[in-house]
Amino acid sequence: MKMLTALLGWIDARFPLTKMWKEHLSEYYAPKNFNFWYFFGSIALLMLVMQIITGIFLTMNYKPDAELAFASVEYIMRDVEWGWLIRYLHSTGASAFFIVIYLHMFRGLMYGSYQKPRELIWLFGMLIYVALMAEAFMGYLLPWGQMSYWGAQVIISLFGTIPFGIGEPVSAWIRGDFVIADATLNRFFAFHVIAVPMILLMLVVAHILALHEVGSNNPDGIDIKKHKDENGIPLDGIPFHPYYSVKDIVGIIVFLIFFAVVIFFIPDLWGWFLEKDNFIPADPLKTPEHIVPLWYFTPFYAILRAVPPIFGSQFPGVLAMAMAIVVLFLVPWLDRSPVRSIRYRGAIYKIALAIFVISFLFLGWLGTQPAGGVYLTLSRIFSVVYFGFFILMPWYTMIDKTKPVPERVTDK
Amino acid sequence: MKKLIFAMIFFVMPGVVLASAGFSCGKIDCYKAKTDLNNKASLQRGVKLFVNYCMGCHSTKFMSYKRMATDLDLSDDQVLKNLMFKDGKIGDYMTTVKPAGMNPPDLSLVGRSRGKDWLYTYLKTFYVDESRPMGVNNLAFADVGMPHPMWELEGMKKAVFKKDKHGMSEFEKFEIISEGTMSPAKFNQATLDLVNYLDYTGEPAKLIRLDLGIKVILFLIILLIPAYLMKKAFWEDIH
Repeated sequence: MKMLTALLGWIDARFPLTKMWKEHLSEYYAPKNFNFWYFFGSIALLMLVMQIITGIFLTMNYKPDAELAFASVEYIMRDVEWGWLIRYLHSTGASAFFIVIYLHMFRGLMYGSYQKPRELIWLFGMLIYVALMAEAFMGYLLPWGQMSYWGAQVIISLFGTIPFGIGEPVSAWIRGDFVIADATLNRFFAFHVIAVPMILLMLVVAHILALHEVGSNNPDGIDIKKHKDENGIPLDGIPFHPYYSVKDIVGIIVFLIFFAVVIFFIPDLWGWFLEKDNFIPADPLKTPEHIVPLWYFTPFYAILRAVPPIFGSQFPGVLAMAMAIVVLFLVPWLDRSPVRSIRYRGAIYKIALAIFVISFLFLGWLGTQPAGGVYLTLSRIFSVVYFGFFILMPWYTMIDKTKPVPERVTDK
Repeated sequence: MKKLIFAMIFFVMPGVVLASAGFSCGKIDCYKAKTDLNNKASLQRGVKLFVNYCMGCHSTKFMSYKRMATDLDLSDDQVLKNLMFKDGKIGDYMTTVKPAGMNPPDLSLVGRSRGKDWLYTYLKTFYVDESRPMGVNNLAFADVGMPHPMWELEGMKKAVFKKDKHGMSEFEKFEIISEGTMSPAKFNQATLDLVNYLDYTGEPAKLIRLDLGIKVILFLIILLIPAYLMKKAFWEDIH
């Protein structure tokens, strides 16, 4: 014990180990009223670590080569010890990661966690979301199945719609060929295993540093730093460790139970997490009947298809899809409400958020359906609702009748 | 109440899917393949049918004889003597020499890409159609380019179509032309065995993962108890 203390002293003289431990864990004071929704931050971090670890093991047997990729994945599924489990943890884990991230983002919208002074936390979070989408998109090409191939073909051809003769050269530059090919697979592999994970990790560090600088929001959306004791510790704050570390362990185990049910019993979630067509090797000569991106992209895919071509160009749809993501970045400045939490907001915001969630889910479902007829009409209606939620936000959050916010956190 | 509504929005709605038009298996709705992966005897009969009636043309190149033997409780000797129609080693993959000029697909993953219900329907709905080069057609896979692989066992049947209310031709029933060496009930079981084997071949890990899944979930549930008690103990003084 004495030796360990001495060792710690030796390290602390050279590296701020104890200081960091205190700053981010044992003396990071988080509001004591976190609820169910506050599990998803820690779970997201767990998923990131799990994706990296399973990814490392997959790389040991995966071959980024158009001739070998598909077979190498099947080799992992059949002949590598525990390969099937590592692969499912990674592939189904990607979907779970997105579910967690969407719930985490919804939490932010519910409790106004992006409002001043947490704008940068939201921006870093949005950048993480965009990086994660890039990561997932490029990762999905790697198994080199039919959906990998044709999904990538469709998404990259979106760049081809950029007008003024820029589009085609840009998409060829991204692919490294005139169609999705071996060159594309190789560069996507490089991005998927090195470049994007590195960016992701840096963004996550920035996200957490920014959070710990200003402190966590809470379901009441009130500032716990307003009321401190004589030592300068927020009265409604409790040290993250051990209080939230032990609480998050419970949340994580519950999450893992649900996760295990999917991993072990329905790893493809009836085609939602692993598409049936992706068990057929990529065939550049045979276009599948329905090309459907994975579920976490389908809301944006539905928006893309909802916009009619103008002068024969699909570019407006692509622009709308991009705007659907850009507009999320602006939320901290669109929200003019004097209160943060949905608990003290008026009916208008509650209804707006509920309609937004419903339209987002419906867009997600519509993105998996053929675009035409009633589906197309619905996509258009829900796309308008999607954008309406953001564009009208400055107005409806201003006129919304808010309730008085308590001084101290409540126990609900 | 509010919480319930939230829960509804999040967890129930995504499951709501509108009914879709059309048939799930070509010209008809899929038959349900009631197979059981834990039935080793069925899988053993299935692999026998597979090597005898399918492997003349189709490979399962991602599947090794050894893995199949281990999973199906067959000895290496049994496999080498009865199921391998070439000189090879037990570690070989289940490949085949493709017939000249044709490109029959590899069936390693057909259980996953098509699903077992489709496979079962497909194998059960071959019918005589003289306009096709092989003399047969299929309800699940219109104008399929292969012969009825198990016609000797099933016999031959023709399909009777009727006009539906929109004037479109709709499948009505099969009529037996010639009987096979198996009774209809026996052939049905043989088809199920083959489908069961193809389902297994699509994902051999399925044999382990269902079993392991229960253990993992039980472990997590048990782990939840001390984790929860620990949380409660730490939080006792927080009000």
